[in-house]
Amino acid sequence: MTTGTVPYIPAVEVEERETYLNVSGKIRSWLLTRDHKRIALLYLISITFFFFIGGAAATLMRLELMTPARDLVRPETYNRLFTIHGVVMVWFFLIPAVPTTIGNFVIPLMIGARDLAFPRLNLASWYLFVFGGCFTVAAIVLGGVDTGWTFYTPYSSVYSNTNVVLTIVGIFITGFSSIFTGINFIVTIHTMRAPGMYWRRLPLFCWSLYATSCILVLATPVLAMTVTLLAIERIFHVPIFDPNRGGDPLLFQHLFWFYSHPAVYVMIVPGFAVVSEVVACFSRKRVFGYWFVAGSSIAVAFISFLVWGHHLFVAGMSMYGGIVFSFLSFTVAVPSAIKVFNWTATMYNGSVSLKTPMLYALGFIGLFTMGGLTGVFLATLAVDVHLTDTYFIVAHFHYIMVGGMVTAFLAGIHFWFPKATGKMYPEWAGRIAAGLIFFGFNLTFFPQFILGYLGMPRRYAGYPEEFHLLNVMSSAGASILALGYVMPLVYLIWSIKYGKDAGPNPWKAMGMEWTVPSPPPKENFTKIPVVTQEAYAYHMMTPQGGDGPILPPAPPGERVEGGKPVDVEWSKQ
Amino acid sequence: MTTEAQHDQPTSRTYFLVLVGLLILLALTVGAAFLKIPGHTWGMIIALTIAFAKALLIALYFMHVKFSHKQVAAFAAAGFVWLGILITLTASDYITRNHPASMNYKGEPRYLQSDYPGR
Amino acid sequence: MSQLTALEHDSYPAEQFEDTQQQSLAATLGMWTFLATEVLFFGVLFTGFYMYRMRWPDAFADGAKDLKWYLGGINTAVLLGSSYFVALAVEAARSGDRRRIVRNLLIAIALGVMFIGIKFTEYGIEYHDHLVPSLNFSSVSPEGQPRATQEQIFMTYYFVMTGFHALHMIVGLCVLAVIAFFARRGKFSAAYHNPVEIAGLYWHFVDLVWVFVFPTLYLLRHP
Repeated sequence: MTTGTVPYIPAVEVEERETYLNVSGKIRSWLLTRDHKRIALLYLISITFFFFIGGAAATLMRLELMTPARDLVRPETYNRLFTIHGVVMVWFFLIPAVPTTIGNFVIPLMIGARDLAFPRLNLASWYLFVFGGCFTVAAIVLGGVDTGWTFYTPYSSVYSNTNVVLTIVGIFITGFSSIFTGINFIVTIHTMRAPGMYWRRLPLFCWSLYATSCILVLATPVLAMTVTLLAIERIFHVPIFDPNRGGDPLLFQHLFWFYSHPAVYVMIVPGFAVVSEVVACFSRKRVFGYWFVAGSSIAVAFISFLVWGHHLFVAGMSMYGGIVFSFLSFTVAVPSAIKVFNWTATMYNGSVSLKTPMLYALGFIGLFTMGGLTGVFLATLAVDVHLTDTYFIVAHFHYIMVGGMVTAFLAGIHFWFPKATGKMYPEWAGRIAAGLIFFGFNLTFFPQFILGYLGMPRRYAGYPEEFHLLNVMSSAGASILALGYVMPLVYLIWSIKYGKDAGPNPWKAMGMEWTVPSPPPKENFTKIPVVTQEAYAYHMMTPQGGDGPILPPAPPGERVEGGKPVDVEWSKQ
Repeated sequence: MTTEAQHDQPTSRTYFLVLVGLLILLALTVGAAFLKIPGHTWGMIIALTIAFAKALLIALYFMHVKFSHKQVAAFAAAGFVWLGILITLTASDYITRNHPASMNYKGEPRYLQSDYPGR
Repeated sequence: MSQLTALEHDSYPAEQFEDTQQQSLAATLGMWTFLATEVLFFGVLFTGFYMYRMRWPDAFADGAKDLKWYLGGINTAVLLGSSYFVALAVEAARSGDRRRIVRNLLIAIALGVMFIGIKFTEYGIEYHDHLVPSLNFSSVSPEGQPRATQEQIFMTYYFVMTGFHALHMIVGLCVLAVIAFFARRGKFSAAYHNPVEIAGLYWHFVDLVWVFVFPTLYLLRHP
């Protein structure tokens, strides 16, 4: 390693090249694997399963809301439906979505490591996830829960007679799965970076997932203990939150939202991660303001811990507390806006190509902006009094979570699919699905802003006649959206077998994951690479691109001795 | 963590002194609990200050934060800083919960503007 | 977690690491990150406790007076001592002195077991004093003093805090026992003693939590 270049294995198709996929085909080798790439695929299968459970609940809800009358399901069933939808989508799809699948797969490749720091812990976290999922599925099968995904006390701890404890056990266990993933990512990014991969060269994907991991590690234990207290109150009938015996239900809400508000950012910051990579790649430009994008991820993660009180504005919290939290909530808009402006500035004067991942990324930027701006309405104390618990809230957070996160997740899946499988999907199908999802999404959720503004409350199975038209529009949009979500599932599975070979770098992208063959070998890198340049040196690539990133030799100021650059990172000393 | 940090490792003697210090602080905090200190806040402040001193001794010496990389200290501090956020902002609600604008901080009713002469 | 990873591993450093220093730093940082989550895990209890204490100062002061402060105090001393011996064991591991690792760990384990014993004796006394909420909490103390309803919240927090702490103690005792077992088998040397340090960190942390639990529950006796 004297030249200081990343070793690049040419894309010559050798028969029977050993990859992480074909190293062993036995079921046992998958279930006991410690390979981050295989664990990522295990996670992908599990969260897809949960996505369709949550989606089924949503479908039933939208069907019920086709008519004003409460005719399809009973109100009690409707309560269970929205609870299942919330619980499954939040904890079993959105939170693990990008970190445990794409993050797990890509982070070690991006930073030039052979695996995460704790491979066994990584596998254990998947088992915990599945184990927790079993409890939640059991709770659904045994009759469901009707408290809403927020489990507000004292209803959940004293009055509800559904499977609250079973669901809580599932969430508690899954919480530890998130914590272990978070620990793994933090330690990996701190200690496993390849020589020369300084923090200033770290891809923005890793910065965002680092911020996400910090949230997971610092917020999830609060949820774990809070739901444990809830379960203790429910099982042993001791007073903790019960107002009849001196408890305070608002304490539960404080503790719950100390977790759940940052968790909202766990559901969006990984979306930032994906979009930063995709936008830079398909604009053929370095990311505008690298440090601002990286810093705003960290800032969003930090500020997310200071704003939870805006969920309690009308719950009986102190007025002064409300004012403080309202002000703090506004500050989230600053780093979020930095991101949006920097992505658009990255595209400005770039040679933008509208490939499928880029279509999703563009959709993300628009929908996230809508969701974010309506969030500012809700952070405003006085306006929130009017909008709380209406469909405006529902539309707002679906713009962030579905319009933002699910879209970003699909962008990432389409972006790294060739890397993970070595195959390409049909581009036309990808574009159609991206279009359908964007159109269906807006048709579903935009009417809900109007419905909420007009005063339709959330969580009711029936509604007055005046709201009929907008609800029909929303349900019609939902069916298009559902079609848009099934399409990728079909053509991606089809492409695994019948897709064209992708080669190591179909997008001509920068980033170390594209320097290894697709699918990557089990040990990722035959020799740990030495990094000599910034993450997004698209301006240094030749116009034709070639097959892989063109990596210039090390700049003269940077001597390389014995495989490691001279100014070794401080964390590696 | 190992090489250059090795030579200034604490000795058994240091550990013993830390243990003695911890036990003295334990005696102090128990003693302070039986003093008649007016107002509950001061008793709480004394008890928690001594607890923090003990925690600091344990973390710095027994857990080697003092002799480890700066990174370790940052990781160790993070949990406590975030707990501080949780307690401070939750308390911001509880401290001000029961005095709406119509009352002053002592809970006495606040008067209408016309009650203030000169306005 | 991470210490087990290293224990079961035949190769050192593990295959994903470049050298032993990297593995050692990763394990230490991993453990500290885990401990940060533990701080917040217990932190929820402290937050709730202090908010309720502001709200019901009299009931909570009475609750503190109903506990046996001297048992809590003795337990604090026992646990601090146990932590001291674990620190000595870690020091012994660094110099590769197998005998001293095992001896110090066994003393630490004995003190830990003593702590658990005293704790459960205390639970027995509280049951006897009719202080267990929802089981036998009585609104009048055995001495005939009336008790406020909100004292039940205090006692609930008492049992949850000390219960979770005891649970962590039991896990910690198991970890220390495993480490002592492997140390006796000669698994650790001056070059490789990471698991001893990591287990030590966990044990000190359990001690550290108790340092806050003790004054919070036992010593805030004035409303």
